[in-house]
Amino acid sequence: MNIVVAMKQIPDLQQIRIRERKPVLSGVPLTFGLIDKNALEAGIQLKEAVGGNLIVVSAGNEELEETVKEALAVGADEAYLAADNALAGLDSSQNAQILAALIRKIDTPDIIIFGEGSGDNYSGQVGTRVAEILGLPSVAYVSRIEVKDHTARLVRSLEDADELIEVQLPCIITVLGDINEPRLPSVTQVLKAGKKRREVFALSDLGIELSAKTISTISDLAPVSQRKQIAVKSLDELLNVLQTEGFLRR
Amino acid sequence: MAGVLIYSDKQNISLELLTAAQLLKNGTGAKINALTVNNDEQAAILSGSGADVVYKVTDADVSLADSNIIAEIVKQAAEKAEADIIFLGSNRRGKELAGRLAQKTEAGCLTDVGGLALEGGTIECTRNSLGGATVARQQITTSKKVIALSPHSFEAAGSAAAGNTLELDIMKPDITSKLVEVKNRSADAVDIQNAEVLVIVGQGVEKDDLVHASAIAKALGGEVACSKPVATDKKWFSEDFIIGLSGKQCRPQLAIILGVSGQVQFTVGIRDAHVIAAVNNDENAFIFQLADYAMVADSKDVLAGLAKALS
Ligand SMILES: Cc1cc2nc3c(=O)[nH]c(=O)nc-3n(C[C@H](O)[C@H](O)[C@H](O)COP(=O)(O)OP(=O)(O)OC[C@H]3O[C@@H](n4cnc5c(N)ncnc54)[C@H](O)[C@@H]3O)c2cc1C
Repeated sequence: MNIVVAMKQIPDLQQIRIRERKPVLSGVPLTFGLIDKNALEAGIQLKEAVGGNLIVVSAGNEELEETVKEALAVGADEAYLAADNALAGLDSSQNAQILAALIRKIDTPDIIIFGEGSGDNYSGQVGTRVAEILGLPSVAYVSRIEVKDHTARLVRSLEDADELIEVQLPCIITVLGDINEPRLPSVTQVLKAGKKRREVFALSDLGIELSAKTISTISDLAPVSQRKQIAVKSLDELLNVLQTEGFLRR
Repeated sequence: MAGVLIYSDKQNISLELLTAAQLLKNGTGAKINALTVNNDEQAAILSGSGADVVYKVTDADVSLADSNIIAEIVKQAAEKAEADIIFLGSNRRGKELAGRLAQKTEAGCLTDVGGLALEGGTIECTRNSLGGATVARQQITTSKKVIALSPHSFEAAGSAAAGNTLELDIMKPDITSKLVEVKNRSADAVDIQNAEVLVIVGQGVEKDDLVHASAIAKALGGEVACSKPVATDKKWFSEDFIIGLSGKQCRPQLAIILGVSGQVQFTVGIRDAHVIAAVNNDENAFIFQLADYAMVADSKDVLAGLAKALS
């Protein structure tokens, strides 16, 4: 069975500083989104349960071969990468086209796992867009995965209900951020990661005509916080504040 | 401007979408169309709340759990209504639908949109970006647009003169998934998004002190809410009580935040509160940057003390 996990290369959010309301991205290392790591862990657990080959697909800039090492160390067997500096800053519809093209390069993908949303944009549309491009069934917000006899039994967790769904493979799923606790690689795994197979494609190798961006960003600024930041020194002062702000109804 | 079509299987969300659609209608004259699937009651309500036309699909074989079929239905309704703009709810159901539908209709798509404005006839959307660190103002540049609006970003539409209701026949694609079972999660009666006052506890609060948090919330006429790890790791609350990017975005009159560090994924959920008081034993905690009132203290003392004073 071929288990495919799609991961997005993003700037490490913990390291983004805000200067004059603008995010400073230069010098910020690239990594995979946190929920993508849950998707990878879900793939590893599925492989442990039913066997198979675990393939990571990702699109990003030329540093992607470096970024993907972590995923290969944790448990992916190989990676199909679209690494091209022309692929930085794609929008969701473009990302979906690239990922679909990469997945087409894989012989018989059986289950393709995405995170519920990327770490940076969290828009949650790429997985289902890829499903539509490839003509596959999809189930999002999955909190449990079982595969048997070419059928996936999945629990989709909505805000107010859990649905047990059955779909035939091949299919696409997106998993919730709390489906599992991603494992960390051991030192030997990290050392071996460099030797795992990587198929690297430039945009021109993918055989697609990438369509134009569908989104234009007018501005992207940190919100201004106009808080009073008054120090409160004691419980009595706190009660006073509640009183003067009108929250004590007596 | 072309028409707009709104769809959500949740009645309250669909009424909020109507309010957003009204904004477009006022600015551009766009006709407001609504779609309901196997829900006559919702069709009647939307028709009486400002939808010019409600398209009703009635087909017992259609399951809301099959996003491909629903996307196909929404697409066909939009074609019928000549609506280039589709508003969905940005709950999980709506977001799952959004990508599929956008791909089917060759539309650009934005989800988790918290605000809409018309700039020279063009729709401008605001949404959080970079994990909530920034707020982006964005436009969809394709003529077809799919926009998923965050729940509670717009008021629900009130009643208005009745519009037309039409039955819509659809061409169904093959069924690709089977819904075996549905378990409703004991819907907590409390919706923290409706609370005027929130007492929010983070990992810097001990379990024994939660009774005090509840007592304070009760005395102030509010509810208790929490940071994500308090629900997902400690399991003291269900996920319905999480404030933040992956929880709920709330705008209470007062938020008292105790033992929360103030990571941006948390603060996006509360930064629009009217008044914020924060308690943390670390004077450098990020949460203080968001506070009108900042108290460096042990949450234990403050919770017990406030509960006693307010009892
Ligand atoms: C994609 C993504 C989505 C996320 N979504 C959310 C979300 O929706 N909501 C959310 O909350 N988080 C979310 N997070 C997690 C978020 O980044 C933080 O990890 C989380 O908010 C931290 O919770 P906390 O502040 O309660 O805990 P901690 O970060 O552990 O902070 C505890 C705080 O309590 C203080 N403290 C400790 N003891 C005391 C005491 N005795 N008295 C007073 N203060 C004390 C400490 O100084 C510290 O500031 C998300 C993360 C990611 C990556």
